Amino acid sequence: MLSFIGLGLFDGEDISLKGLKKIQAADHVFLEGYTSRLMGIKICEMENLYGKTVTVLGREDVEQHPDTILEYARDSNVAFLTGGDPMVSTTHADLRIRAAERSIPTEIVHGSSISSAVCGLSGLQNYRFGKSCSVPFPSKGWFPTAPLETILTNQSLNLHTLVYLDIQQERYMTVPQAIELIEEMAEKEHKDAPRIFVGIARAGSDTPHVAAGDAETLKEHDFGDPLHVLVIPAHLHPIEEEYLTTFAGL
Amino acid sequence: MVERVTTLMSQPEHIRNIGIVAHIDHGKTTLSDNLLAGAGMISEEIAGKACWMDSDEEEQARGITIDASNVSMVHTYGGKEYLINMIDTPGHVDFGGDVTRAMRAVDGAVVVVDAVEGTMPQTETVLRQALKEGVRPVLFINKVDRLINELKVDDQELMIRLGKVIDKVNKLIKGMNEDAYKSGWKLDAAAGTVAFGSALYNWAVSIPYMKTSGVSFKEVNEKCQAGQMKELAKSSPLTDVLLDMVVRHLPNPLEAQKRRIPIIWQHGDPTTAEGKSMLTCDPNGPACMMVTDISFDPHAGEVATGRLFSGTIRRGSELYVMGTAKKANRLSQVGIFMGAERIEVESLNAGNIAAVTGLKDAIVGSTVTSLQEMQTFESLKHYSEPVMTVAVEARNMKDLPKLVEVLRQVGKEDPTVAVTINEETGENLISGMGELHLEIITHRIGRDKGVEIKTSPPIVVYRETITTTAGPVEGKSPNRHNRFYIELEPLPPEVVKMIKDGEISMDLPEIERREKLIAAGFEKDEAKNLTAIQTTNMFFDMTKGIQYLNETMELVLDGWREALAGGPLADEQVQNTKIRLIDVKLHEDAIHRGPAQVIPAVRSAVKAGLLLAGDSLLEPMQNIQITVPQDHMGAATSQIQGRRGQVYDMQSEGDTITVIGKAPVAELFGFAGDVRSATEGRAMWSTEFAGFETVPQGLLKEIVQAIRKRKGLKEQIPVPADYLA
Repeated sequence: MLSFIGLGLFDGEDISLKGLKKIQAADHVFLEGYTSRLMGIKICEMENLYGKTVTVLGREDVEQHPDTILEYARDSNVAFLTGGDPMVSTTHADLRIRAAERSIPTEIVHGSSISSAVCGLSGLQNYRFGKSCSVPFPSKGWFPTAPLETILTNQSLNLHTLVYLDIQQERYMTVPQAIELIEEMAEKEHKDAPRIFVGIARAGSDTPHVAAGDAETLKEHDFGDPLHVLVIPAHLHPIEEEYLTTFAGL
Repeated sequence: MVERVTTLMSQPEHIRNIGIVAHIDHGKTTLSDNLLAGAGMISEEIAGKACWMDSDEEEQARGITIDASNVSMVHTYGGKEYLINMIDTPGHVDFGGDVTRAMRAVDGAVVVVDAVEGTMPQTETVLRQALKEGVRPVLFINKVDRLINELKVDDQELMIRLGKVIDKVNKLIKGMNEDAYKSGWKLDAAAGTVAFGSALYNWAVSIPYMKTSGVSFKEVNEKCQAGQMKELAKSSPLTDVLLDMVVRHLPNPLEAQKRRIPIIWQHGDPTTAEGKSMLTCDPNGPACMMVTDISFDPHAGEVATGRLFSGTIRRGSELYVMGTAKKANRLSQVGIFMGAERIEVESLNAGNIAAVTGLKDAIVGSTVTSLQEMQTFESLKHYSEPVMTVAVEARNMKDLPKLVEVLRQVGKEDPTVAVTINEETGENLISGMGELHLEIITHRIGRDKGVEIKTSPPIVVYRETITTTAGPVEGKSPNRHNRFYIELEPLPPEVVKMIKDGEISMDLPEIERREKLIAAGFEKDEAKNLTAIQTTNMFFDMTKGIQYLNETMELVLDGWREALAGGPLADEQVQNTKIRLIDVKLHEDAIHRGPAQVIPAVRSAVKAGLLLAGDSLLEPMQNIQITVPQDHMGAATSQIQGRRGQVYDMQSEGDTITVIGKAPVAELFGFAGDVRSATEGRAMWSTEFAGFETVPQGLLKEIVQAIRKRKGLKEQIPVPADYLA
């Protein structure tokens, strides 16, 4: 059995009770460590909490050599842990298909996800979100402007855009960095950059931080430790506006 | 002297930019040195012995020219002074790239041919390079004294022999460019486009000069036999005869550029400001320069040498290097070369050969201009390709970062060298044109750049190519959410040739490129979709309207290039393939279709595709020509045949015979020594790059295994499934 278990947003206590029980009953525990990261707990603390050895997997381990995990799952119970909710903003659908191809039973234990947490923290209604997108750190010969396209398309439909920020090893993109990149995309494409942004840091922690405002203000704003996420709002509904004014300094 | 030079620099009609070209050992450098001495640039005593033009110790020790070197001198003709900018070029086949570049900078060439040996393969090669660049040739038949004193020819025989050399060179010119030949480039002793003499003994004659000097061929013959060549050098000095010929018959920049710009700037528009200015060599137009050489000066840093075709440059001029990020490069020095020394000048105008510092972004072949944008010059075509590689290591680990820096410089200085730097494995490779070429380069790294190195024995460079079609092949990204579908087929030989000749390139304006491709037999929609050319491989994006592919294309091409850099068979460069991208599926989010996903996906699709399309190994070949006395013919032929070679022609002339054949480079290690001992030192021989050919089936496995073992690859040759998991 291969169980995809969502760990939720921030620390060891964000997991569901069901998820925790599954881990404690598992024979092998793997943690996918590259699409998201739980900032509020260390690996050794997890091991204490679960009473299990936790093996951290890199992108290569999951994508290129999934056989190791699948071999274990054939004869024993494997818990495959991810931050957030296992199938949201990941590519693990592929792993579940591969397991099914080998007749290995699978299940998903959901976790709290940033995609719903933003609604609570920002007051932006989940009914009004369009396509989400990620802003990656650019590399040689690669500076995608697709995120801007997504934002502008959503805006034209009067929809909010949730923007995930890139994580590379120990490098976490911040809200100000992301705004700069979006402005660069706009310059490159000769389009207008969005005016209002909502930045969110450390969702799920005891010290979440939300700030709304124009690019100039937010680029100067200190959001503190990672992880950060960004929302580009459409026209605000009066309640949304009131919420942001009350909780996010708009 | 410097003042006279600088005054003349601003008068194009008084400038001649010339190159001296020849087969190795026909006496170019002796000629150049004695010309310099005659023009008062160096002492007459040391000329000829000093090899002043060979400023490198290595050159002086080996008695050959390795780099093309530049020098300027002043000559008086008809009561007027002329500035002669001269480039001496190497004749050894390993250094052919220097000749190609030098020919771009000059307008005229003095072709030197040994009177005894006659035209040789390299004579033909350099002549072809000159004519391709629109450079006008004149002929100097050297070592006439040897003809007289060693072969004891009489007056009549002398004339016949010299006439034969002229005929042979004319035949070559006619064969290479009949139009030019007919329009007056035919060499004619009576008209004065041929001179005869001895560079070593510092004399020469030409028919027009005979009329003033009164020195006849009869007198030449007598003086040579009597050992009175010193008198000839007084009554008919080399410098006057040669430089008179240069001034009289080779074009000045004004005439030359009118004819050459349409050749070397074929795709430019002559009605633009830069076009008009280059055609008229206008010093007031925009600055347009082509970089033909880069060298490193321990004090000034990188020195770029090139021909200024238009405008004026001075210290502080801001120029743009085409094909790089448009950042202005500010010239910190502007000068000209006088032998090994660089002389700074106030300003330099169109028609001269400039040596400048501050062009950080330039490489050999760059188009440099004061404009933000300009059509580039035709790329420099090299007739040879690197065929041998050595691995280079720093003797001291601490020198490693410096070595990497030095290797980058070497690659920049000599475009016929291919440098591969692998910072991960620390394996650094230098590929060059032959054993000698590599020996010199590696020796110089130790001597000039101060990095002690260890080198591996030279290794032959192989290539891989496909023999049939394959596809569609599906390449999956590691997360399997991105899919690329490609088709492969061999590129037809005529197209390969067009790419090598620079007739088809990504530098062409799009419409013209499309027309060229259609004329070459491509379908219309393919012609429209050519996305990239890498060496002699083409990539076509045949997909339509796939969202996000545009911003992903550079990654697709990176993956394609990575696969081409080392094929699946033996990790050798891939050539002559045509790959069509026919469909793509991408993940919705940019993060999940980034470099780590797309590059491996495309790379493995291409590698698997190459295997499916019958990937095979090619080895470099060399044409060999050995001239020996008749009784050594057997030894000469067996030297070729014993090396997996074939002899396909023999030409006898008098008591000598020339054996002509071809053999793989892999079998030619130690060839020089073996030929010498087999023929008791009586052989004259030369080799020349002859392209890549398929490795014989019987040897394939053994060679591939040996390469894989050397490179530390798995012994097992991969199968397509290894890449398609």
